[in-house]
Amino acid sequence: MLKISNLHKSYPIGNTSLHVLKGINLDVEDGEMVAIMGSSGSGKSTLLNIIGMLDEADSGDYILDKLPIKDLTEKKAAVYRNKFLGFIFQSFNLINYKNALENVALPLYYQGMKRKQRQEEAMFHLGKVGLKDWAHHLPKELSGGQNQRVAIARALAANPKLLLADEPTGALDTVTSYEIMEFIQQLNDEGKTILIVTHEEDIANMCKRIVRLRDGIIMEDKFVEQVRAKQNV
Amino acid sequence: MFDTDLWREIFQSINKNRTRSLLSGFTVAFAILLFTILFGIANGLNNTFDEAFGTDASNSIIIFPGRTTKAHKGLQVGRRIQFRNPDHDYIKEEFGEKVQFITSKVMKNVTASFRGEQNNYEVRAVNPDYMFIENNKIKEGRYINQNDIDKKAKVIVIGKVVDEDLFLKTTALGKQINLSGISYKVVGVFTDDEGLNEENVIYMPLTTAQLVYGKNDEIDFMHLTYDPEMNYDEALSFGNLLTKKLKERFSVARSDQRAIRVRNMAAGKKAISQMTFGLGVIILVIGFGTLIAGIVGISNIMIFIVKERTKEIGIRKALGASPKSIVSIILIESVIITTIAGYFGLLIGTGILKLVGPSLKEYFIKDPSVSTSLVIGATITLILAGTLAGYFPAKNASQIKPIVALRND
Repeated sequence: MLKISNLHKSYPIGNTSLHVLKGINLDVEDGEMVAIMGSSGSGKSTLLNIIGMLDEADSGDYILDKLPIKDLTEKKAAVYRNKFLGFIFQSFNLINYKNALENVALPLYYQGMKRKQRQEEAMFHLGKVGLKDWAHHLPKELSGGQNQRVAIARALAANPKLLLADEPTGALDTVTSYEIMEFIQQLNDEGKTILIVTHEEDIANMCKRIVRLRDGIIMEDKFVEQVRAKQNV
Repeated sequence: MFDTDLWREIFQSINKNRTRSLLSGFTVAFAILLFTILFGIANGLNNTFDEAFGTDASNSIIIFPGRTTKAHKGLQVGRRIQFRNPDHDYIKEEFGEKVQFITSKVMKNVTASFRGEQNNYEVRAVNPDYMFIENNKIKEGRYINQNDIDKKAKVIVIGKVVDEDLFLKTTALGKQINLSGISYKVVGVFTDDEGLNEENVIYMPLTTAQLVYGKNDEIDFMHLTYDPEMNYDEALSFGNLLTKKLKERFSVARSDQRAIRVRNMAAGKKAISQMTFGLGVIILVIGFGTLIAGIVGISNIMIFIVKERTKEIGIRKALGASPKSIVSIILIESVIITTIAGYFGLLIGTGILKLVGPSLKEYFIKDPSVSTSLVIGATITLILAGTLAGYFPAKNASQIKPIVALRND
């Protein structure tokens, strides 16, 4: 599914540059659920952003579903993001003037799907996250957990190959966090490949594999016994 | 452009972000409103100006006789110059084609009465050409013609005001009217764009007045227009030549300024055209000033809007929006707002001009108005400026990496 080799990334800071990723090698197979851990500044979010084509690597190879991701034009990157990737952000990143249904339908709009079909599809995904009755509410009328579920429904709407979650529970309390993780585990059970960036051990332990980053390199990469979120709710 | 989903997106964005839409709309509407009102007022001033300088033929020359102030060729100082019919013919012969219309004039004040109504008026005894020089318009009947001159007919043409004064219950045309004891037939009624004072006048054939008032062939003064094809310099030199010839004819010293006075409107015409030009420049400055203010306003708002929408742009890009769709959604939205707001500004502006316009007349502003095409042009300029001003930030926003746009701040 995903193959990364010798990936480097630096950010210019004033006259010097900050070397954030110093040669990352990572293989992820179909159906995996991987937690990327590390303290802040370890480069975990940068890695996720590069995988999500939201950011570009300076050097190294990145192959997604047998497709080399390199020197993409903005247009092409947009198409790939739409086709391959679903994003879940810490701060939900819903469009505040669109209701839940419209937010979920947005990636389908960019796929060029007809309006009616789009809405049916979006409603189906909202139903999957249990928010059918909230379809016509604006983000500000929903709780944090509900908003994140809308975001998950949106990430799923385009039927992506890879789901990328950046601290998906970072803005939520423990109970809600576990509810969200339960959803994500269900999605993985159905075969979706998922990458989660987190700095919380309990969240990481709900994945099947933990990759630890420190100072831009992978310190540890191990498979773990998955803790089911449901037991903890 | 005709993607209904795109339009739905845009209208939703306008509708759901009302404060933003209203604010940017307000700026444009206000700019167009100011533009309309200022331009209207400037046009009103221009109208007043046009009216003040009247509709008399501007290529005209008036020749007044006076008394000599210098002895010349053995003739005394203080000699009175008197024009006579041959002088009129002399000018016609001497200058030929260069003279467009010419009339001699005899003035007289009379008391006119008709069936008990009575009033005092000025009589101007003239040649038929006078109608063209004064730019009179015949309302009823006819003007004085050559036949009247030849026959010394006792006919008159009266101004609209005279008609209204004396002929309360009946029409004036064909009626006999008494002017200081002598009866004349009314053959026409005229109007004059210059207003009531010029319509409070009675015209009579020159020869009739000369006969009736015992003037023989004497003339009070002469009024002529020159070939309108002449330019300013030609007109001036024509006036100078005319003066010189007349002075020679009456044996007046060349340096004598009082004996024969020739008032050439060409000199004034130049001043008028300069003033009109000046006014035009002021109007242009006002117009461009307001437009530039509007352009600056809409540009600032576009930059602000793009800044405000950075996060939304980031989200859309993460979900697969192409840079082109980002740019078009921002620009089309701004064009729609600008167009609607510009239209409202135009409506309100012309509405205000219509409402307060009439009461501004005493401030030298007459019929303040703007042509619709001008305001539409101004609105289109603003739309283009807004599009241009919005394009670059929108383009930049569409190029930024989604991660930058999405970064929590």
